[in-house]
Amino acid sequence: MRYKNKSLIVMPAAMLAAVAVTHVQAATLDDVKSSGEFTCGVSTGLTGFSSPDENGKWTGIDVEVCRAVAAAVLGDPEKVVFSPLTAKERFTALQSGEVDLLSRNTTWTATRDNSLGLNFAGVNFYDGQGFLVRKDLGVKSATELDGASICVQAGTTTELNMADYFKAHDMQFQQVAFDTSDQTAQGFDSGRCDVLTSDSSQLAALRLQLADPDGVVILPERISKEPLGPVVRQGDDQWFDIVKWSLFAMLNAEELGVTSENVDQMRDNPPNPDVARLLGKDGNFGEQMGISNDWAYNIVKMVGNYGEVFERTVGMDSPMELERGINALWNEGGIQYAPPVR
Amino acid sequence: MLRPSTTLPRRGRGPLWRNPAIRALIVQAVLFLVLAAFVGYLVHNTLLNLEARGIHTGFGFLEGRAGFAIPQTLIEYTSDSTYGKTFVIGLLNTLLVSALGIVAATIIGFMVGIARLSPNWLLARLATIYVEAFRNIPLLVQILFWYYAVLRALPSPRQSLSLFDAFFFNVRGMVMPDPQPLDGFAATPWALLIAVVGAILFGLFAKRRQARTGQALPVYWIGAALVIGLPLIVFLLTGSPLEWTLPELTGFNFRGGINILPELLALWLALSIYTAAFIAEIVRSGILSVSHGQTEAARSLSLPEAITLRKIVIPQAMRVIVPQMTSQYLNLIKNSSLATAIGYPDLVAVFAGTTLNQTGQAIEIIAMTMAVYLVISLTVSFLMNLYNARTLLKER
Repeated sequence: MRYKNKSLIVMPAAMLAAVAVTHVQAATLDDVKSSGEFTCGVSTGLTGFSSPDENGKWTGIDVEVCRAVAAAVLGDPEKVVFSPLTAKERFTALQSGEVDLLSRNTTWTATRDNSLGLNFAGVNFYDGQGFLVRKDLGVKSATELDGASICVQAGTTTELNMADYFKAHDMQFQQVAFDTSDQTAQGFDSGRCDVLTSDSSQLAALRLQLADPDGVVILPERISKEPLGPVVRQGDDQWFDIVKWSLFAMLNAEELGVTSENVDQMRDNPPNPDVARLLGKDGNFGEQMGISNDWAYNIVKMVGNYGEVFERTVGMDSPMELERGINALWNEGGIQYAPPVR
Repeated sequence: MLRPSTTLPRRGRGPLWRNPAIRALIVQAVLFLVLAAFVGYLVHNTLLNLEARGIHTGFGFLEGRAGFAIPQTLIEYTSDSTYGKTFVIGLLNTLLVSALGIVAATIIGFMVGIARLSPNWLLARLATIYVEAFRNIPLLVQILFWYYAVLRALPSPRQSLSLFDAFFFNVRGMVMPDPQPLDGFAATPWALLIAVVGAILFGLFAKRRQARTGQALPVYWIGAALVIGLPLIVFLLTGSPLEWTLPELTGFNFRGGINILPELLALWLALSIYTAAFIAEIVRSGILSVSHGQTEAARSLSLPEAITLRKIVIPQAMRVIVPQMTSQYLNLIKNSSLATAIGYPDLVAVFAGTTLNQTGQAIEIIAMTMAVYLVISLTVSFLMNLYNARTLLKER
């Protein structure tokens, strides 16, 4: 009897504890400020987007978004804990609060934005799905791929686009789905598949991992729109705004000609009112978001503007050597366009 | 005058809570209600929080169009099928590899377990090496070994190793001819069924006859002849109504024929070989548990070694073996979820993987997946317990 009585007491206590825990709706910004760092979900290793270098330091265009947010909020781009996630884990990790920001080459789609309790904070890379094949197959176009075995990463929009594309063109294919992009590259390398499919920028990155990068070719077709961008939880508008405007600040900085090298000089002598507002000399745009007014200055000074980041991670200064293409600014022939800071 | 009382004094009814039976009942009822309320609260709270975060809930997603392809489907499936169908496809693939694995692991396990006790020095040592090597390497590593190291060493489809130009082995797995039944084929499976029933009846008859007269009939030979012969004769008499679609190399891959995925082969090999190492030890312990007197008694009756093993030792060893085999079978089924590491489309990879990711319904999908493994495991447990009850020591 003693034992049973005891459990009668323990139960309601546990229930009360559960009540206490679940009704705390955390404001992410306050948590981040009080802990002095935040957790950013990245890929398990994709060159150019998010991958650890030989010293274990994370690099890539998605990683720089995490650093930009850390620079804006905490004034230190290194105050980020990176959490590598597979495509299958990423949304659950963000929903459950395991990560505060997901910056993991994630395509913005209606389902993801509307039914998962998530918000996409912008687009840091406009991409499209492509196919990579061995040169010696002599294939020139994706329409010649009838009957091919195709390696793909499981749980991605890529998987869906591919099924749609082959159905629309009345072709057959055999799918081999792996958990990580490394495994898909390995699968292609060992001959398990004839074709490797992914977003074309990822193909450029995966190509570098193959045994013979020059023996393969990326087919010209782009079969989908893949706007990749950072994602936050729904219901915390302040944090959503901060991430969104961190990205816009990088784009605006490039447009205004502010770089990590000239940013000090630009702040001391703003050449025009736009630069003055961006760098916190005029107005209180940081305070409006609950962070310091030199948020954009910190981003540009510590991380760089969008153009610098692009060239360093995926562009001509990187092994991937991607052209800016549609990722150029709107006034330079691309579609990257940020609302003004005013 | 003092008279001894013949009846015990009636117990006063007293308050209800003084009655231990009623008190126990009340406590249990209260406990149950609290537990139910707690679970109900957790579910309610989860739903509330999911709604507050704008995450859709419910099982409506199962009706939606899946939109992705699955490489191995035992039943009809296209990308237009529903998410509910992906659940069935994944489940069937899990059951397939589990069933194949259980059969192979049992056969290999018994052979190795018996070999370990063999008086042949080399055979016994080889069996020991097998057991020690395979049960001490993590299963995931073994799966990756078979997949990446062994099967990947096979040639490309164009340089396939071929057997009679009908079976082809390459890095994409194994391709074999696909039998297409024509009119009149239905008679053959019926003949097979009749032959199997006949063989069983004959076996029972032979057993009874042996008990009566002591004369043994060649049951296995006659049974085998019946099971193979009768369907074959019927098949030939009906004019061989079966057409084989031969695989043909066109473009990238073979078309026609049945393609067995290398992922399935690798997973099957790894699961069988790993689990067989444990089964071998269970078989060995079972055999050693049979007292040596039994073997000696059999020898003194000059029974041959094979019959001693089959009729005296193994039936008694089964009592020890069966309960432990149940655990191994359950382990094998649950371990099959490691399929996701090499892209075999099992329940975890397809349903708790891709479907979960495309729909975002994590709680519903994980709950369904856990329920499936629970049901499969309980069913296997139940069947093995039935078998165990049969092999128990019959005390007469």
